Amino acid sequence: MIEQVVFYLFSGVLVFSATMVVVMRNPIHAALFLILAFFASSAIWLLLQAEFLAITLVLVYVGAVMVLFLFVVMMLDLNNVTSREGFIRYLPVGISVAVLMVVAMGLVVGSDYFLGDRYLAIQQFDADHSNTRELGLALYTQYLYQFEIAGAILLVAIIAAISLGMSKLKINKSINPDKQVFVKKHERLRIVKMKAETKKGESEA
Amino acid sequence: MLELLYQFISQNLLMPLTTFLVPIDYQSNALIVLQTVIKILAILVPVLVTVAYFTYAERKVIGYIQGRIGPNRVGFFGYSLWGLGQPIADAVKLMVKEIVIPTGANRSLYIMAPILSLAPSVAAWAVIPFDDTKVLADINAALLYVLALTSLAVYGVIIAGWASNSKYAFLGAMRSAAQIVSYEIAMGFALVGVLVAAGSLNLGDIVDAQSGSIIHWFWLPLFPLFVIYFISGLAETNRAPFDVAEGESEIVAGFHVEYGGMAFSVFFMAEYANMILISVLSALLFCGGWLSPLQGIVPDSVFSIALIGDLLGEGIHWLLIKTSFFMFLFLWFRATFPRYRYDQIMRLGWKVFIPITIVWLVVVSALVVTNVPPWFD
Repeated sequence: MIEQVVFYLFSGVLVFSATMVVVMRNPIHAALFLILAFFASSAIWLLLQAEFLAITLVLVYVGAVMVLFLFVVMMLDLNNVTSREGFIRYLPVGISVAVLMVVAMGLVVGSDYFLGDRYLAIQQFDADHSNTRELGLALYTQYLYQFEIAGAILLVAIIAAISLGMSKLKINKSINPDKQVFVKKHERLRIVKMKAETKKGESEA
Repeated sequence: MLELLYQFISQNLLMPLTTFLVPIDYQSNALIVLQTVIKILAILVPVLVTVAYFTYAERKVIGYIQGRIGPNRVGFFGYSLWGLGQPIADAVKLMVKEIVIPTGANRSLYIMAPILSLAPSVAAWAVIPFDDTKVLADINAALLYVLALTSLAVYGVIIAGWASNSKYAFLGAMRSAAQIVSYEIAMGFALVGVLVAAGSLNLGDIVDAQSGSIIHWFWLPLFPLFVIYFISGLAETNRAPFDVAEGESEIVAGFHVEYGGMAFSVFFMAEYANMILISVLSALLFCGGWLSPLQGIVPDSVFSIALIGDLLGEGIHWLLIKTSFFMFLFLWFRATFPRYRYDQIMRLGWKVFIPITIVWLVVVSALVVTNVPPWFD
């Protein structure tokens, strides 16, 4: 009973916040609703006893990805009016994409995989069961190659992103702290002895 | 003693309450809910009192380090008592002050930001064990949960900076976001090292894995990770020398420049609660938590002596002593180090800490796999 209440509560929050992401005029508000949507889906994963995935969703997406996302959205001066232009013109395209997605989702969810015995037989584990250990064992034994390939692709992507960001055309103004620490006084500062300046007419006291 | 008090409250207050008020089918559930509330209060009230007196300790400690006296006037009933009444007077003052919402600020987010910054630092206490048995939620993924919640603290800062509609606040928020995201990686890797060494994500199991003697504690095999964890904790809580998010000399007070009254003090409470959290985690993960430092040094028979054995043996008091030491370090650092320049903070996080943690992860894994005594045999 209580599980159903929790499920419907968080599903409601999830659907509501996902809708608000699209509807909200202010991009910051939309991003914050996206965070709420992540939280709600994380809670639903917890109901499925997938605590590792649930907490990792919060840790990675809410704790890191969305922070960077908000960072960028806040820095950009997004104009609400121009982003609303052409709503009618793009509406048919949008609707057709939405219909396509609904059909695809319907095919997946309505398939044999989610019906009958397989769907009903979600195992219930006791409190000592460690989801993290199970996932680790599966990833590092059964799916080792897939996992390593995914890791390699991510590494390549990181290197590519950094090398694109550090294009040599731009002038890099970063300071080398190693050199900076060893700067001596005489390299930067010149002390000059001179007489005091006087205005015309003033007596040199 | 705490157990006795809890048993007393549970039997003489909660049991009659549920038997009279709740229908018979739901009595056991209602009792569990009420007992959990009592446990939550037993954790949160001391934490919040500590937060209040931590501000007093900060002013006193930094005062003495700088050759001043610190607050020494406000006391109780006409006695000044070294200024012990100061935090309470401050709290009352902040509560009665008006909360001014700036023109052009985003009202709902402006009000929500302080709450968002306090809530995660308080929620993380749910999984902190204080003893072999004393823990509110003994969950398997406790370490992951703590890491996830400490990473959420940044939202209060970012939203406050944006919702205030002020340049300084916004600059503070941007700095803080970049800094926290950078140091979270080093912090996460340091915790992965602990996970590898202990073989568990459960905080209680992690402390148990350190039992033996003071050299069995993880501070020794994980020394670089220990140092990096604590420094990243300093950076995550926006404390000196990493407090560019506040940076009084450049951006006035950073993200909370537009806040006043209770809204400001909630930010303050969040910062101090986070510091206490980082301190207690350092004690649990690297310094043996409630384990006694005398274990393995004096013969075990000493611990069975009445009273003295309880004091010298493992117990919550050791956890409190260790936590207090780390809390003192926070204050000491603030009084000692000048503020880092922003690019130096970024360099330290990305180019120094993350490589060291990755290298040390390999070292720890090798130690664990080859069962190196005395830690992993």
